[in-house]
Amino acid sequence: MSGYQNLSLFDIGLAAALIVVNGALSVALDLGLERKLFVASIRTVVQLLLIGYVLGWVFAFNRWYVVLPLMALMTVIAGFAASDRGRRTYRGQRADSILSIWGSSWLIGAFGLFVVIRIHPWYEPQYAIPILGMILGNCLTGVSLGIERMTEELTSGRAAVEMSLALGASRWEAAQRPARQAVRAGMIPTLNQMAVVGLVSLPGMMTGQVLAGQSPLQAVRYQIVIMFLIAAGSGLGVVGAVVLTYRRLFSRDHRFMASKLVERKARKRAA
Amino acid sequence: MQDATSTELVATHGVMRRDAARGAVLLHATDFALDKSQRAAITGPSGSGKSVFLRTLALLDACDAGFVTWRGERIARAQIPAYRRRVAYIAQRPAMLDGTVEDNLRYPFSLKAYRDAHFDRDIAMRLAQAAGRSADFLDKFASDLSGGEAQIAALVRVLQLAPDVLLLDEPTASLDPASARSIEALVSAWFDADEARACIWVSHDPDQARRVATRHLTMNAGVLGEDKR
Repeated sequence: MSGYQNLSLFDIGLAAALIVVNGALSVALDLGLERKLFVASIRTVVQLLLIGYVLGWVFAFNRWYVVLPLMALMTVIAGFAASDRGRRTYRGQRADSILSIWGSSWLIGAFGLFVVIRIHPWYEPQYAIPILGMILGNCLTGVSLGIERMTEELTSGRAAVEMSLALGASRWEAAQRPARQAVRAGMIPTLNQMAVVGLVSLPGMMTGQVLAGQSPLQAVRYQIVIMFLIAAGSGLGVVGAVVLTYRRLFSRDHRFMASKLVERKARKRAA
Repeated sequence: MQDATSTELVATHGVMRRDAARGAVLLHATDFALDKSQRAAITGPSGSGKSVFLRTLALLDACDAGFVTWRGERIARAQIPAYRRRVAYIAQRPAMLDGTVEDNLRYPFSLKAYRDAHFDRDIAMRLAQAAGRSADFLDKFASDLSGGEAQIAALVRVLQLAPDVLLLDEPTASLDPASARSIEALVSAWFDADEARACIWVSHDPDQARRVATRHLTMNAGVLGEDKR
C-alpha cells in the first residue's frame, strides 16, 4: 500500500459506533457512565472537527497576527485546565498556572522552532501550532501535579513547616522539603514517558507522520526532538509553578500564610 | 529605645490580631513585656487567644496592628530568623521530620541562622538523660516515638540551641503525667542554667501554672490580664 488514505464522514461514523462497546460495558456492569460516555463522544467529535476547520483556515491564511493569538488562546486554556486540579487552592493560583505554563512552553517552543527545526517564516503555523500544543499538553500535566502536590504537602506538613520557621529557618529553608516533593511529582510523568517511549507506546505525532507517508527514521528524529522539548518545557513549568506558589504562601517576613490555602468549593464537573 | 540597664526582653506594643477569614478579633490590642528572669504562665479557657498571643510573639502570624520588640527594638525583616533563634516557640503537637531523633536534633544546624553553631552529641545526650531517656534515645526513629517522647525530642531540639526565651504552647496538654514531669524538669533546668533566661508557659492547668511560673496572667476572649495577688 502506498499513498494516503482519506477518511470520509461515513468512515468516522463506523469508528464512532465503537462507543457502543463502552456503552454496553457500562450497562452490563452497572457503571452508570452512559451519559458521560455520550457527552464525551460528542465532545471528541465536535472539538476535533472544529479545530480541524480552524487549523485549515489558519494554515491557509498564514499570517502571524492570526497564528500568535491562536497560540496564546491555547496557552491560556492550558493554564485554566492546569489550575482546575487539587483539593486546595489559593488566590492567584490560576494566574500562577497560566504564567508558569506560558513562560516555559513559549521559551522551549521558541528554542525548538527557531534553533532546532529552524522554521520559515518564523510563525509557520504547520509547525508552530502542533509543537506548541504538544509542549503545552505535557506542561499542563506537570504544572497541575506540581501545584497540587505543593498545596497538599504544605497542608499535611504545616506543623513541620512552622516548626522550621520557629527554629529560625528562612521562608525558603522552611519551604524546601515540600517544594522538592512537588517538583519531583510534577516531573515524574514526563520521565516515565521518556523511559517507555517506543517500547510501550508509539507517540501520536510519530504515528501520524508515518501514516502520512514520512519515513520512520525521519519521524523518529522528530519524536526525539519533541520528547526533549516536552521534558524541558514541563520541567521549567513545574519549577516555575512551585516557586510562584511558594511566593504566594510564604511572606517576606518568613511566615507561612496557611489561611490563604482554602479548600476548593465542591464543584461537580461533567465529562 | 532601651537603656543598657533595662531588663526587658520581648514586648508587644498594641499588638492586635484578627481572624483572617471572618475578621473577628482574636487578640485585643495588647501591651505586654517579658523581663529577664521571668517565668510567666498564661491560663484561660481554650479558644481565648493564648496560642494566638504566643504565635504572635514568635512572629509566626502577622499582627493586624501594633508590633513586637526584642530588647527594646523593633525586629527588621532580615532579623526575624535570628530573633526566632533567641525566642524559641514550642508547639503543642511536636512536629518531627523523617529519620532518627538525632537527625531531628541536627536539623537546626543546617539552617543559615545557625551557621556559627554545630551539633554537639554530648549536650543532646545530657538533655535526653535529664528527661529520663535512655542512651539509645537519639538513635530511635522519629516515627516510632510516643507522643510524650516526641515532645521531649522537640524540646531537646530547641534547648540544645540555648535560646534566651521559651514560648511554650501547652507542651504537655496531651501527654501522660510522667512525660509532662520530664518536660517541666527540662525547662526548669534550662531556666536555672542562666539567670537572664525567661519563659512564657501557656497552660490550661492551674496547678501546672503554679508549679512552673512566678508571674501569672490570664487570657479571656482575647484580653490579656495580669493576676494581682
